[in-house]
Amino acid sequence: MNLWRKLACAVLVLVIGASVAAGWLAPAGYAKQYREETNSPPSHAHWFGTDEIGRDRFARVLYGTRISLLLAPAAALLSTLMAALIGGLAGYLGGAWSRVAMTVTDLFLSLPWLFLLITARALMPLNVSPLLSVLVTFLLLGLLGWTTAARVLCASAGSLRSSDFVRQARAAGIHGQRLFWIHVVPNLKPVLYAQFWISIPVFILSEANLGILGLGVAEPMPSWGSLLKELEGLVSVGEEPWKFVPLVLLVIVVTSFHLLLSRQDEMAV
Amino acid sequence: MLRWKIVGHVLALLATVLLGGLLSATLVRLAPGFDVDEQELDPHLNAASVQALRAARQQHDNVLRFYFSYMNRAAHGDFGTSLALGQPVRTLLRDRAPLTLRLLSLGLGLAWVLALTMALTAAWLRLSAYDALTTVVSGTFLCIPAAVLALLSVLWNVPGALAIALIVFPSIYRYARNLLAKSYSLPHILAARAKGLGEARILCWHVVPVVAPQLLAVAGVSVSVAIGATIPVEALCGLAGIGQLAWQAAVARDLPLLVNITILVTLVTLLANSGADLIGHIVRGQRA
Repeated sequence: MNLWRKLACAVLVLVIGASVAAGWLAPAGYAKQYREETNSPPSHAHWFGTDEIGRDRFARVLYGTRISLLLAPAAALLSTLMAALIGGLAGYLGGAWSRVAMTVTDLFLSLPWLFLLITARALMPLNVSPLLSVLVTFLLLGLLGWTTAARVLCASAGSLRSSDFVRQARAAGIHGQRLFWIHVVPNLKPVLYAQFWISIPVFILSEANLGILGLGVAEPMPSWGSLLKELEGLVSVGEEPWKFVPLVLLVIVVTSFHLLLSRQDEMAV
Repeated sequence: MLRWKIVGHVLALLATVLLGGLLSATLVRLAPGFDVDEQELDPHLNAASVQALRAARQQHDNVLRFYFSYMNRAAHGDFGTSLALGQPVRTLLRDRAPLTLRLLSLGLGLAWVLALTMALTAAWLRLSAYDALTTVVSGTFLCIPAAVLALLSVLWNVPGALAIALIVFPSIYRYARNLLAKSYSLPHILAARAKGLGEARILCWHVVPVVAPQLLAVAGVSVSVAIGATIPVEALCGLAGIGQLAWQAAVARDLPLLVNITILVTLVTLLANSGADLIGHIVRGQRA
């Protein structure tokens, strides 16, 4: 493991640790409003200041980080599993199956990601409860984000299909599901692993974009997207620099995820 | 061969239109308020007239019949009426398309100039410090959400086209840098250098023909990324284009408008990708 990967690991452990300990580090919670201290600058009581309705920004950043860092990997897992099932099976079966699956995948890939997301989000009721809005947002990301990974997995499974060990397994009488689950899927693990790690920063950024556009996690639940929405009210960059804390944290975390993906993983993709 | 490729692309476009049309019709039909007609609230209408209105609407109960009528109207340029804005979708799209097209063409042009300049200088200079600097710069832009870049462009009074360029260029740079680095290490380039050929001649005669097909494929993808970037840029910079219209439609749950915009955008993306693929095919054919 090189120095950059070690650094990225340390940063992620620190950020995840702080978000897990949010209840202990910010016991008042993310929704408590200090009405006499609205829009206050950083102080001993409120390290990152308060927002326009007096909520502690430090607490909101911690809880928002917890939501984004818990659910983005969950969505990445869902999309990777879908990609494994669709792309892996299409590649393994080959022929018409592969062509049909890849045509559908290409059609999905032609849809610009954000257009697809806001269309799907608009189909859901916008006045859902905050908790449900969190789940809906990340579930949509997971359900719609499988296409690129499916293409990669289809190509990988296709090359495995004609590999020597699969031919040998076929010659030994192993067919169907057993061949797929025991001989093909384990060999797709490096690609699956790489796709999983690639998807996490993509989903974190997508949630942030949706949140800023007002189509993400509903108030008062914090997420990086809803926290970044605060930047809309800024008149100049130097005016309240502490409002940039969520952005800096997001950039650091996304960079760390990119660094974690080693060269070997990139090669596997 | 090229003819079959063109046929394949045309079929893919047709399939998209048909599938997209079916999806649109289904979504519009399922949208809240589809079965409600405010004309029924007109106090001048008697019970028989209200009943006649309902009977006319019942013709749409059959999804397939509704689909054919929707496609028939769409073929004649009638894409329905926006629920939120109360205007024909066709008029809304026609009014806003020029701004989006201008933004897209300027943004994409700037992004390609920026990315290729950085990638080429990195390949020519071969300085690890410069390479690291350009990678960090593009990597940082890659880690910032597009919507934040749009907000910052408002704060710094930066034109929307530049915001789109800053969103798109990191993706182009990554591929262009890798492709150029790989090409410049090929044996025939090393031989050309050893023979004393100038950098401009090496680039035009030996590098461009090798990387052109792959760069054309990236060009198709970059159109898709740029189109996606128009939503946050237009919505947050207050530019009345199609991206802003899509965002307004999503917030107002105006499905007839949103679905039509999505299909239009998909068609534009498919056309861009098909065009890039066909040009790449021709370039490869000429090289062979």
